[in-house]
Amino acid sequence: MSQQDYHVPDHIFKLSGVSKAYGETHAVRSVNLSIPKGLTTVLIGPSGCGKSTTLRLMIGLLQPDEGTVLFEGNEITRANILQLRQHMGYVIQNGGLFPHLTARENITLMAHYLGWEKSRINLRLQELVDLSQFPNDGLERYPVQLSGGQQQRVALMRALMLDPNVLLLDEPLGALDPIIRSGLQNILREIFYKLRKSVVLVTHDIGEAGFLGDQIVLMRGGNIVQKGTIKELIHSPAGPFVTNFINSQNSLQEVLQEEYE
Amino acid sequence: MNKNAFLFFLCIYPFLWCIPADSSELPVRVGSKKFTENVLVGEITTLRLRQEGVPAIHRKQLGGTRVLWSALLNGDIDVYPEYTGTITHEILAGKGLEEENDIKKALSQLGIRMKRPFGFNNTYAIGMKRKTAQRLGITKISDLKKFPELKFGFTNEFMYRQDGWPNLQMHYQLPQKDVRGLDHDLAYRGIDEESIHVMDLYSTDAEIEYYELVTLKDDLHAFPDYNAVLLYREDIADRWPEAVKIMSQLEGKIPESKMIQMNVQAKINKVPEKQVAASFLAKEFGVHSDVYIESITKRIFQRTCEHLFLVIISLSGAIILSIPLGIAAAKAQRIGQGILGVVGIIQTIPSLALLVFMIPLLGIGGPPAIMALFLYSLLPIVRNTYTGIRSIPSDMIETAQALGLSPFARLRLVELPLASRSILAGIKTSAVINVGFATLGALIGSGGYGQPILTGIRLDDMGLILQGAIPAAVMAIMVQGFFDLAERYFVSKGLRIEAEKQ
Ligand SMILES: Nc1ncnc2c1ncn2[C@@H]1O[C@H](COP(=O)(O)OP(=O)(O)O)[C@@H](O)[C@H]1O
Ligand SMILES: [Mg+2]
Repeated sequence: MSQQDYHVPDHIFKLSGVSKAYGETHAVRSVNLSIPKGLTTVLIGPSGCGKSTTLRLMIGLLQPDEGTVLFEGNEITRANILQLRQHMGYVIQNGGLFPHLTARENITLMAHYLGWEKSRINLRLQELVDLSQFPNDGLERYPVQLSGGQQQRVALMRALMLDPNVLLLDEPLGALDPIIRSGLQNILREIFYKLRKSVVLVTHDIGEAGFLGDQIVLMRGGNIVQKGTIKELIHSPAGPFVTNFINSQNSLQEVLQEEYE
Repeated sequence: MNKNAFLFFLCIYPFLWCIPADSSELPVRVGSKKFTENVLVGEITTLRLRQEGVPAIHRKQLGGTRVLWSALLNGDIDVYPEYTGTITHEILAGKGLEEENDIKKALSQLGIRMKRPFGFNNTYAIGMKRKTAQRLGITKISDLKKFPELKFGFTNEFMYRQDGWPNLQMHYQLPQKDVRGLDHDLAYRGIDEESIHVMDLYSTDAEIEYYELVTLKDDLHAFPDYNAVLLYREDIADRWPEAVKIMSQLEGKIPESKMIQMNVQAKINKVPEKQVAASFLAKEFGVHSDVYIESITKRIFQRTCEHLFLVIISLSGAIILSIPLGIAAAKAQRIGQGILGVVGIIQTIPSLALLVFMIPLLGIGGPPAIMALFLYSLLPIVRNTYTGIRSIPSDMIETAQALGLSPFARLRLVELPLASRSILAGIKTSAVINVGFATLGALIGSGGYGQPILTGIRLDDMGLILQGAIPAAVMAIMVQGFFDLAERYFVSKGLRIEAEKQ
């Protein structure tokens, strides 16, 4: 056992000097980043700035070229990766639902795989259905028979099924139209608040970032430009890029209005 | 889980039939070549043995000399009718044996014995339409030299064997250029329609009369004697000592005129071969035997069983091997290209050649046919498994990984179900090819629907050909229907709905 097991860290992930390149493309450049427990951290930035890559490094789908990624104080290795992933919930942009399984089968896949009792599975499933306000009769449908918003809720329930320590969401609402999107943003905020989960959320929408995030990490070209609350980013930007990025999106106005109401 | 258990059972079920039987009780297995006269002599031998109380079965029309000889050596059959000329010039070729005693000695070194001749000499002869021959004034083979534009059509065996066309061409210095190999029965058709003018015949052929042919005089004695004899395995005496004596009773009993008569009966008058053999034995030995000719439904039923047996075993084996191969190919890029390459090459071997390659390895009958069918069925399944897995979108793989599924669980729970439609389509393709290809199995004695087709071609009997061709077509259609139904069972409803929407 390593020393790190003896002290309980206050952050769920700790990235130290992490770099990752795909051939010539340097997707992430010596990033240092701590994800605090129980809070929502939003990764934001223009397309191609390395958000998804950072998330994939956290869940061990990618190995860093340089630096280390710690999950709850443990370095992610080949040996422990499958085990550790059961404590992480991951959702990608289009949900990544398995088309050959019903909503119910998608959500309970891992629980069955781990041999949970039926009653326990059903109990947990009901909790999640209530939490995400998902229609009960939708459970027996296949993904292709569900709307985009329903698919995302199923994906979220699947990620939450094993009650993970952290949720990793890669633009979970990116493919939805605006009305459904704002409805789901509300549901997400409620869930984050109720469960007090550590969350890492990727978005390119500054409004969504302000609405859902406790801490916002703005990235550009594989580097972190600024870390802080939405107010810090607005009132004390680290440079003109930050202000430009914020001003280029108008969805923020609504968020700010809501904040001051 | 249930589904897996069912699948497993389905896969091993056909192999439960393959438990080997005790060999001490094996009946005498008589083989015969793929032409009527040889089949008739095989029938006569088989029936005579049975009349005398020795159990005997006839594996008829197995193929040419090479197939029968190697089947005899391998012990797949115990006895078959052969011709002395073939023994000296083909089987023991290059040894320069002429004396009967020397031949017998050479054979017995191989564990093979030879009976004395039946009495007829079925030598090679060269034939033409009577009208054409008269018009050109051709009566003997040397006359052919004057007509280099004549088209020759010879059996493939005659084309290439040492005592066939090469010998004839040298002997007579024949100038003809248009010389092609084709099936004996098709050659008669060809000469009738005048797409060929000259063909090789056997001197006892029934068709000589039927197609109004003449045989040309072998004026320079190019062809040796072809006296019909029985070749049999020495060790037959260990199992059935009386069999050897019974076979001796047939020596000298079939003169040439009788053989031609019997050939006419079977080939032209369409009397069943068993019947012809029984009448002959009744006259010669005064023993009457009831010829039991199976009803057509029973025959078709039996062929269906044989055919299904070939298809099910070879296809199951192919499925069991191909899916893992396809998976391996999809997972390991380098090995993958190798696997696809090798399996692809097998597919390019002509089907007939593949069957013949199997004979030295596996003898005749079911096993070589099953092996050839098995090899032929690999490619579609391997390829479809490979593409099925390769074409799974990367976000599916990524999600399955991120959930924490082990590689094996990922394969079982995600990748194979997602590839199931493609894999099943591959199996369906293999199955349909397999049903058609299995008809060729009859060429090496594996039975099935090819049997009546082969006999039908031999006897120029369209009815018989259809007795094989129609059920084979029906089976192919049913196999297709079966897999369409299987799709409902093996391919998730979610995927089917998705496919319909597109
Ligand atoms: N599998 C890959 N192969 C090659 N380049 C990639 C791959 N994935 C991402 N990239 C590149 O790495 C950079 C960062 O990508 P990504 O992390 O997906 O950005 P974001 O999620 O912020 O849009 C981009 O330039 C992208 O083109
Ligand atoms: Mg991305």
